[in-house]
Amino acid sequence: MVNHVSLSETFNKDEERVNWHDETLWWIRQKRDKAAWQIPEWEELREMASQIKMNTLSNLHDYLLQFEKNALANGIVVHWAADADEHNKIVYDILTKNKVERIVKSKSMLTEECHLNHFLAEKGIDVIDTDLGERIVQLADEAPSHIVLPCIHKKKEEIGELFHRFLGTPEGNADPQFLTAAARIHLREKFMTRRVAITGVNFAIAETGEFVICTNEGNADMGAHLSDIHIACMGIEKLIPQRTHLSVFLRLLARSATGQPVTTYSSHFSKPLAGQELHIVLVDNGRTRQLGRPDFRNSLKCIRCGACMNTCPVYRRSGGHSYHNAISGPIGAILAPNLDMKEYADLPFASTLCGSCSNVCPVKIDIHQQLYKWRQVLTKEGHSPAAKTAAMKVMAGTLSRPGLYRFAGKAGRWFMRNIPWLTNNRLNPWYKQREMPAPPKESFGEWFKKMRK
Amino acid sequence: MNVGLFIPCYVDQFYPGVAIATLQLLEKYGCKVGYPAGQTCCGQPMANSGYEHLADSCNTLFVKNFAEFDYIVCPSGSCTLHIKEHLHDNASPAEAKSIRSRIYELSEFMTDILKVESISSRFPYKVGLHQSCHGQRGLYISQMSELVAEPFSKPGKLLQMVEGLELVSLGRSDECCGFGGTFCVAEEAVSVKMGKDRVDDHLKNKVDVITGADMSCLMHMEGILKRQKSNVRVMHIAEILTQW
Repeated sequence: MVNHVSLSETFNKDEERVNWHDETLWWIRQKRDKAAWQIPEWEELREMASQIKMNTLSNLHDYLLQFEKNALANGIVVHWAADADEHNKIVYDILTKNKVERIVKSKSMLTEECHLNHFLAEKGIDVIDTDLGERIVQLADEAPSHIVLPCIHKKKEEIGELFHRFLGTPEGNADPQFLTAAARIHLREKFMTRRVAITGVNFAIAETGEFVICTNEGNADMGAHLSDIHIACMGIEKLIPQRTHLSVFLRLLARSATGQPVTTYSSHFSKPLAGQELHIVLVDNGRTRQLGRPDFRNSLKCIRCGACMNTCPVYRRSGGHSYHNAISGPIGAILAPNLDMKEYADLPFASTLCGSCSNVCPVKIDIHQQLYKWRQVLTKEGHSPAAKTAAMKVMAGTLSRPGLYRFAGKAGRWFMRNIPWLTNNRLNPWYKQREMPAPPKESFGEWFKKMRK
Repeated sequence: MNVGLFIPCYVDQFYPGVAIATLQLLEKYGCKVGYPAGQTCCGQPMANSGYEHLADSCNTLFVKNFAEFDYIVCPSGSCTLHIKEHLHDNASPAEAKSIRSRIYELSEFMTDILKVESISSRFPYKVGLHQSCHGQRGLYISQMSELVAEPFSKPGKLLQMVEGLELVSLGRSDECCGFGGTFCVAEEAVSVKMGKDRVDDHLKNKVDVITGADMSCLMHMEGILKRQKSNVRVMHIAEILTQW
């Protein structure tokens, strides 16, 4: 069965690669720390961002209508999509209406979540991802492994090989600057010739009906400005009430994501260019369901910075693909079960509940607490293996009866001392790469009874 | 001061020396210590696995055992945090709530309640302090590297009082060791890798001993050290503080 356990086990077969992956992401975590420490009011900023998002989520209905009204007044065409299918159909309808078969698309985790590329490919539409990292994983026919750094799992040599195969760069050339220049030439032609550009949205502003896209490569701008039709796709939780709130979020986003003070481009789109069509697709796809779960509502505050992934000791050592979901890492593990409990029942267990994710989160989502709560929900909803349930019942039974607990402890230690292979064998996952603790003759309880009558 | 000694199940069974050291420390600093013989476990193994609902009888047992004490002290941040966050009892909700505010992890009890300012122990070794996540990020016994805030460490402060002890700084001051309760067997590959990396950090800094306020993390790292046939030992902080 494909789940986090089996996928991360495979990932760990190459320990050198795990070390490299871990150290690369840890370096980004350190860059984030340095950037955060340059802002003395960092923790207050996080609290403010969290509260603005709480206000937004508490009044989402009104803010969405306000946004729609203002966007319409600006000349933007507004579409509402209840789920991924509707979103994909809306995009496809715009393309067919305009007889467009080749498009460019900049980074949008929402379109990954909706599997838009796959949907459009089946309809014969050619989509070129223009974010460099996304283009790389697209050429490799893979999904992004990280929401901010889609190809962080690939070494530069592997990228050189891909570019050699698909873009005709010289074999064996893995110089990042050279490869980037090659990608630039390759993408420039696409930007110049394609009439439709899809982009994501980082923030949509209710008071003005405009939206903001943050990139480092300027690829969203290039696509949007050179196209006849710009389609921006966003989850409904991307809203913020006022433009002034950007002063909080833009300070947090890039610092949390990569340790930069701000993204290279923070572009505002408020109305179509002359002769251009500007569409925005507002997508629910389970978000209102999550909003209705008090324990998990906070997860919708996420601004997709990826800091929780970079800090997560499990993510760094299991890779983004081990989460088998568009959004990986700790935040993915609390968002995914809302989409499909059965499919993603493993993800909330892919954590030691160490809590580092909640501490780096710029909008203070209680991620590790939600992981714990999802575990309870998933078990109650019956998404737990029968053998685990049986074992847990035995454990609970033993631990609630002091006499039985003492007997089991004593017997267990006796067996471990006298018949060590009972635990020291390959069926015991602890013993595979770790020694068992040495079982003492006497428990503390036994010692205390003897010594302190 | 009437203190109830809560010894987590795995410490009771595998590390009685840690429990004895804890008892000795509390008594040295003037506590009247009681050890309810009917105690078992905080219920965390079930709860963290998604079976909180099976931990009810454990909870009831815990309340029955510890309701009478002024304070409850435990040599494990993780078990303490679990009680603090999750103990409930439908039969006696007020008692459960009160216990949640009276339970302390050993090192925070020593610095915050007993106000220990000096320790007469001697331990002339290089020591690496493992910051266990639940004690640190849950109970705030140490500052967390993710936050822009003044650093402090309650177990670190206690260790600094020990004569001859050299506390080393690590490459990553507070990364998880990968134990994570049932995570250590359910996600064996990642858990082991996390443990190996944590141990490596201590080894690179040439420690003689790895210590901490949670025996579960130390047990995990001990399992890895022993498999590597390393001479580096793990010791619970209570065992170091009682080297007098």
